Amino acid sequence: MLSYILRRLLLLPLILFGVTFLIFSVYSLLTPLERLATYVNNPNALKSAAASERLIKKYHLDDPYPIGYFRWVGKLLKFNLGWSKVANEPVAAAIAEKFPATLELVIYSVIPVVFVGIWLGVISAVHHNDPIDQSLRIIAVIGWSLPTFIFGLLVLFFFYGVLGWLPPGRLSVWAQNIVYTNPSFHHYTGLVTIDALLNGYGYVFLDALRHLIAPIITLSYVSWAYLLRIARSSMLETLRKDYIRTARAKGVDERTVICKHAERNALIPVVTVAGMMVVQMLGGVVITETIFNFPGLGQWAAMAAQQLDYASILGFSLLFAFIMVVGNLVVDVSYALIDPRVRLE
Amino acid sequence: MRRVIRKLLGNTASLVGIVLLIFFIVIAILAPVIAPPLSDDPYQVPRMSWNVNPQPPGTPMSDNMREIYKQMGKEVKLTKALLGTEQGGYDIFYGLVWGTRTAFKVGIITVGSAMIIGLFVGSIAAYFGGWLDEVLMRITDIFLSFPFLVAAMVLTTILGKGLDKVIIALIVFGWMGYARVIRGSILAVKEDVYVMAAKALGVKDGRIILRHLLPNTIFPVLVQASMDTGSMVVTASALSFLGVGAPEGYADWGQMASFARNWIVGSPGHAFQYWYTVFFPALFIALFVLAWNLIGDTLRDVLDPRLRGEL
Repeated sequence: MLSYILRRLLLLPLILFGVTFLIFSVYSLLTPLERLATYVNNPNALKSAAASERLIKKYHLDDPYPIGYFRWVGKLLKFNLGWSKVANEPVAAAIAEKFPATLELVIYSVIPVVFVGIWLGVISAVHHNDPIDQSLRIIAVIGWSLPTFIFGLLVLFFFYGVLGWLPPGRLSVWAQNIVYTNPSFHHYTGLVTIDALLNGYGYVFLDALRHLIAPIITLSYVSWAYLLRIARSSMLETLRKDYIRTARAKGVDERTVICKHAERNALIPVVTVAGMMVVQMLGGVVITETIFNFPGLGQWAAMAAQQLDYASILGFSLLFAFIMVVGNLVVDVSYALIDPRVRLE
Repeated sequence: MRRVIRKLLGNTASLVGIVLLIFFIVIAILAPVIAPPLSDDPYQVPRMSWNVNPQPPGTPMSDNMREIYKQMGKEVKLTKALLGTEQGGYDIFYGLVWGTRTAFKVGIITVGSAMIIGLFVGSIAAYFGGWLDEVLMRITDIFLSFPFLVAAMVLTTILGKGLDKVIIALIVFGWMGYARVIRGSILAVKEDVYVMAAKALGVKDGRIILRHLLPNTIFPVLVQASMDTGSMVVTASALSFLGVGAPEGYADWGQMASFARNWIVGSPGHAFQYWYTVFFPALFIALFVLAWNLIGDTLRDVLDPRLRGEL
């Protein structure tokens, strides 16, 4: 057990090295002048070729590849990720500012994904080939086939365009006034819903929640549809095992067989997939935030990509890769904790 | 093989998938007939007017646009926007038809190339094993450490936008699944008697992989490829939607959807005013992916030995 976790931890620096190396390789596709531009906050400074040349020399941006990599990592370790044109502030500051909004969105999306997905998957398996199973399968295939951005557009169209219930953005204007201009409003966590409750503004909480619902639905639909499929097939496989037949033969009632015997074993692989889904959901954040005009990391990255703001886009990919590496590690280790068979391999 | 085809045709879901796919193939092949191009680059969507607002289905081409195309020496066959226009007068019908070709192009090139890279890496890793396997698989892990869409978006941006850049980015970050699948399959059979026999006879490694191992292990990879074709096209559309894909006016479903984003709310009191801007591109993208998923799903069920015998 311990050796498995240790081995996994030892691999972490290696993976981080690989990830940063890969991002640096992508970064190196830019010319030295473009690389210089990612650190400069005033475009006028690059007007004269001589000045740019001097700056490139001064900051060693034309170093050979390996040396350039180590210099770049050195800057990363000091959180110097360059200047974000889109946010008009340093990339690290922009990330710190926009991170809570995205975190809030992801946290609230995880709950429906994991619970609804697994629950429906089990129902589907228990009623194998019944109409309920068939219809759930169809819903899942549709969910899996409908791309996030199409589904998001439909959600926006229906709940905002037609019904006018769920507006885009993160807060209504009156709520923004309270949250961002009222000096007595303390930002404890950066998550608007929680801060609103802690400050005692019930209406702001409801307003934030109202803005969150549509992005949550969009972000989680694809994932729970996928999870439903996994949970269903894992459950189906387990229900065919000998020990389930034995339990039934002994006269254990069906409810206990499913909840106590089958579900516990069937859901072990599902838990891993669920963990990976959460990590993969980070990718959907870009689309979802863009559609619903939700001011988080994803929207920032999409704008940066449109305006060729290389510093922001690289900082963003570094952050997401880092989260994903750590997330995968956590998933693997917790999987080993849940399922003793993994450790033996 | 015959069993696979029988299952594909016998299952309602996959039958729907096949019919849909044939529908798209016909559209792609007949594109020049259904929607005759008005410029030298057929992927350039003709404009029905200079109108900033989308125009409803059936709107005729404006007189000044007709004049312009006449001066260019083009014969205008489609005088009406059958399914309306996007903002800027881009014809939705034309975009859908030629967008089908774009979709096939993107899907086939990306999945084909990614599959070849994946097969190469995975089979070498599995066959030779040892440190080579370790190194190649850790490299695979590193490429898997990025959310796919994010990685593709970043690489596309750095390469400088455009559909060709999108395709490159999708290939660079799309091969890992195939490498893993083929590695697993080859590991399972590489100790089999026929492989040992070939080795004992002194057959060269490359020939063993190509002639003996791959033909016996490639099927799961093909299933994966059929499932991926849809999702690759979606990711490409998503990148266009985010504004880093095809240039404005290129026949591309994702771009049409991104135009629609601006008009989705309609005007006050008329929520459905611009429904056609979002409905048709969304429908085409969704059906295209659905077709591939339905086929892939059935293929997987048919080939999954654990479920065999009960379908």
